[in-house]
Amino acid sequence: MLVGHQPKEFLLAVEALTVSFDGFKAVNNLSFYVEENEIRVIIGPNGAGKTTVLDLICGKTKATSGSIQFRGKELTKLKENEIVQTGVGRKFQTPSVFEDLTVFENLEISYPRGRTVFGSLTFQRDAAVKERVEEVAEMIFLKDRLDTYADQLSHGQKQWLEIGMLLIQDPDLLMLDEPVAGMSVSERAKTAELLNRIIKDRSVLVIEHDMKFVEDIAHKVTVLHQGQILSEGTMEKVKNDPKVIEVYLGH
Amino acid sequence: MIITSRFFNRSELIGFIALAAILFVILPLSLDVFRLNLVAKYLTYAFVAIGLVLCWGYGGILSLGQGVFFGLGGYCMAMFLKLEASSVENTKIQSTPGIPDFMDWNQITSLPFFWQPFHSLTFTILAIILVPGLFALIIGTAMFKRRVGGTYFAIITQAVAAILTILIVGQQGYTGGINGMTDLRTLKGWDIRPDHAKVILYFVEVVLLFACIGIAQFIRLTKLGRILVAMREQEDRVRFSGYSVANFKIFAFCMAAVFAAIGGAMFALNVGFMSPSFVGIVPSIEMVIYTAVGGRMSIFGAVWGSLLVNFAKTSLSESFPQLWLFGLGALFIAVVLAFPNGLSGIWADYVQPRIDRLLASRKSKPGSKWADNSVADGAPAE
Repeated sequence: MLVGHQPKEFLLAVEALTVSFDGFKAVNNLSFYVEENEIRVIIGPNGAGKTTVLDLICGKTKATSGSIQFRGKELTKLKENEIVQTGVGRKFQTPSVFEDLTVFENLEISYPRGRTVFGSLTFQRDAAVKERVEEVAEMIFLKDRLDTYADQLSHGQKQWLEIGMLLIQDPDLLMLDEPVAGMSVSERAKTAELLNRIIKDRSVLVIEHDMKFVEDIAHKVTVLHQGQILSEGTMEKVKNDPKVIEVYLGH
Repeated sequence: MIITSRFFNRSELIGFIALAAILFVILPLSLDVFRLNLVAKYLTYAFVAIGLVLCWGYGGILSLGQGVFFGLGGYCMAMFLKLEASSVENTKIQSTPGIPDFMDWNQITSLPFFWQPFHSLTFTILAIILVPGLFALIIGTAMFKRRVGGTYFAIITQAVAAILTILIVGQQGYTGGINGMTDLRTLKGWDIRPDHAKVILYFVEVVLLFACIGIAQFIRLTKLGRILVAMREQEDRVRFSGYSVANFKIFAFCMAAVFAAIGGAMFALNVGFMSPSFVGIVPSIEMVIYTAVGGRMSIFGAVWGSLLVNFAKTSLSESFPQLWLFGLGALFIAVVLAFPNGLSGIWADYVQPRIDRLLASRKSKPGSKWADNSVADGAPAE
């Protein structure tokens, strides 16, 4: 095995990862590495296992075998909230925000302090919290809507709010599942701008179908097909790979 | 401190003052002792309902077994009172004097070991809080750590209520069986049966009730309160924001259990007995109905729901004993279908805006800031 020779700078090392649902291998012997400050986009046809890979990394789905090392820690043995605390943030495909709470409260819950029962009972909304919430709210274009209940927001604004909730956690690895899906053209442009700003100083793992968007942001692209890597490399390389064209880009 | 400066918003403050005035002044002045004692009995369920507001209304955890905790609290209190009532002089006609009468009837000749510590009032008070609290901790840990929730959890709590009832009824010699523990007389030598004692106990209970309202309101206003709401809606998002969802659910369930137990203990004191008929499935579901009728998102609503439904129960079941259960069922269905936020929702949606408009037409300043808060209280339930 190569484990001993692995270069240190990998932030995330996924090795021989397999998950099987009743015998169906949604992810099959998958290995890939993400470096510090890298933006990696995962593309692939429907059912390729893209979302499952993110589910495995963030602990939502338990791996059947294989390992996921994040900064040298084995994530497959940790619980979801512990994985978050090591510095992995996850955005879901459909916007999942707390609709009965205000934008401020949504962001405040994600602020990384007072995460235990006792901690949340004694949590104080002090100047540091307010400042950080306002800072993030400005970034996600919701500065004027801090007191709005989240159920009043548009689909795009909810997506931004969820991205903001991740930002306030300040994760080292940010995982985004189709961040621009269902957005209008102008919202899409704003989101690209937002993502370009927030990807500084952290690694990002993105699933996206919008090729224009992928070309804009990706450092490296991984193409998944039937739970395995079909191709990996720069957008230029992947785009011209005949296998990729056949199963994914060709139609 | 932020919390103290706005512990209640305006409509909550009105609710608080109105409830305090009615419970502390109006009812004691206008009711005779018998009726006041009935109110005290109704209010014991308000403790349970306040717990359910936190656990079910805010946390989304429906427990159909709150009678278990009400019963555990009540039995702890009743055991102390029963021991005091079973002094050697009082029980000298028994074949074993100095033990509770039902033990003697069941050929038990010495006080069981788990009854011994209930000679101490301090231990009893601790037990009223800790026994139900620990039991809820065990059930909660077993269920929530395994991610059992929703309907499954509700069914399991119901099963626990059934099991505890069977256990109490079956272990007649240790628990008093189906009759429960009756003939409770004194608390540290102070007779709890005469009228003046009933009045004092009523006030003690109302003070405790307001203490619980205060605790519940405090929890609601902390970040923990908001996490409960967040968890009810998007459990996964809370989990992936770095929180252990199970721990928060366990906390809410334990708080609800402790509130219910305080209610149960006050029931034993005010009513003068405790029996398995307050433990099982039917009373547990009735407690959920009180909360639903009052409004599961409203702490004050829970108190009103308990008072009004029980008042209706007493008056209707006196005149139409067979119809009452159908009436209760119909009420529950009507509330769930038409008014998911119960009386407090009706108040926030229909009454409050009218009052605000009246006030606004008098003064030209509309209280829009507060109106927003009342919308929050009446937020749509899923």
